[in-house]
Amino acid sequence: MILTREGIAYRVAGDLPEGSYVNLGIGIPSMVPAYLSSDKEIFIHSENGILGVGPMAATGEEDPDVVDAAKGYVTLVPGASVFDHVTSFTIIRGGHLTHAIIGAIEVAANGDLANWRMPGQKVPGVGGAMDIAFNVKNLFVAMTHVSNKGEPKIVARCTSPLTAPHCVRRIFTDLAVIDVEREGLVLREVAPGVEPAAVQAQTGAPLRVAGDCREMDVPVEFNGVRLID
Amino acid sequence: MIDKTVANCGEAVAQVFDGASIMFGGFGNPGVPANLIEAIRRQGTTNLVAIHNGAGIGDFALGGLFQDGRIRKLTASFPINPGSWAFRERYLKGDVELELVPQGTLVERIRAAGAGLGGFYTPTGPGTELAAGKEVRIFNGREYVLEMPLDADFALIKAYRGDRLGNLSYRKAMRNFNPIMATAAKVVIVEVEELVAVGSLSMEEIHTPGIFVDHIVQINRDPRLFDPQKERSAS
Repeated sequence: MILTREGIAYRVAGDLPEGSYVNLGIGIPSMVPAYLSSDKEIFIHSENGILGVGPMAATGEEDPDVVDAAKGYVTLVPGASVFDHVTSFTIIRGGHLTHAIIGAIEVAANGDLANWRMPGQKVPGVGGAMDIAFNVKNLFVAMTHVSNKGEPKIVARCTSPLTAPHCVRRIFTDLAVIDVEREGLVLREVAPGVEPAAVQAQTGAPLRVAGDCREMDVPVEFNGVRLID
Repeated sequence: MIDKTVANCGEAVAQVFDGASIMFGGFGNPGVPANLIEAIRRQGTTNLVAIHNGAGIGDFALGGLFQDGRIRKLTASFPINPGSWAFRERYLKGDVELELVPQGTLVERIRAAGAGLGGFYTPTGPGTELAAGKEVRIFNGREYVLEMPLDADFALIKAYRGDRLGNLSYRKAMRNFNPIMATAAKVVIVEVEELVAVGSLSMEEIHTPGIFVDHIVQINRDPRLFDPQKERSAS
């Protein structure tokens, strides 16, 4: 099976330990909190000055002064704190977050990340992505394995402008979990029923298959393959 | 007696001149001094240099200044919100210059100006397009890029409560860039939802001490800054 976007978020959530302080990017990363186990205490950071972001606010219960970095109206959890932008980026730049989950246009075999400017994008915007990519210890990428055009997003060398060099630790896709190590990319997990060779065929850089490479532990509800009736 | 209050937004921004550089607080809608910005718009001030995290939303406040062609340069980190179409149109026509800055660098440059620093080295950016041409130094084996302070003629700030001394308190995520920008401009103009008597803000809840503030005006929150249904359908 190929994972749905929700399935990727579910798999990422499993890798966040109790006590994590995590920044989430837009897209698939923003779906991760829905799958965090309630017995783990994990705090979500938002660039605009929140530690302790909760679920999206219910309709009619939005607070005009509580948005997340994607400008959606969110809630705050008990124990949340609010602060100014200097403190928020002291948390990021000072290396205080344990994890960040971020989307990508391309990830290179050496951990280079490109995610702030698409080829041909006329108006650029970077936001907090560079501060996060340069400074968060465990930088996880959550993305589809290939682009809308079917081209590999995991590549030998990024062609889009870099967000940061040598920064990605682990890549979660609809096909695989891949670690970025000193000697290159290591295939740790494959989606259920997917052969390592099939992952390699859709990857633009060599993968070493880990000795203990296994199938991802994801429920069947996250099967993204449309069955033909 | 010190009294920094002014009667209305028009009076508050009367000294903002053509060609001025202006910091605009806020991130998304929270903390955007929309009433002051609309007063600048009504006043006709033009040829402005804007400093803000984004590029405004819709045809209102900062978006409205772009729509009206009042801004010649924007320094921002994320001017690509779907709602920032007014900036986008002006930028693609070549009417607006854009200086793109990583968000943490943007706020730290403002902080440096307000704190009287000559610049700083940040680990964010070496080897990327946004650090091209800037001095890079190595500290403890790591590359850092030199970034310079960023000040302005005016800062337009939004707070929740304030008093005649200019003491300010922000509510929840309204704080964002506001208290930092309040330190870094020659003239700091604030809109608050509630003007309270001196002494009624507890000392601990004053986030911006009045020393940083020049003018303060009480406003009603503009409903255009809060339309969750519209924003839901747009995203």
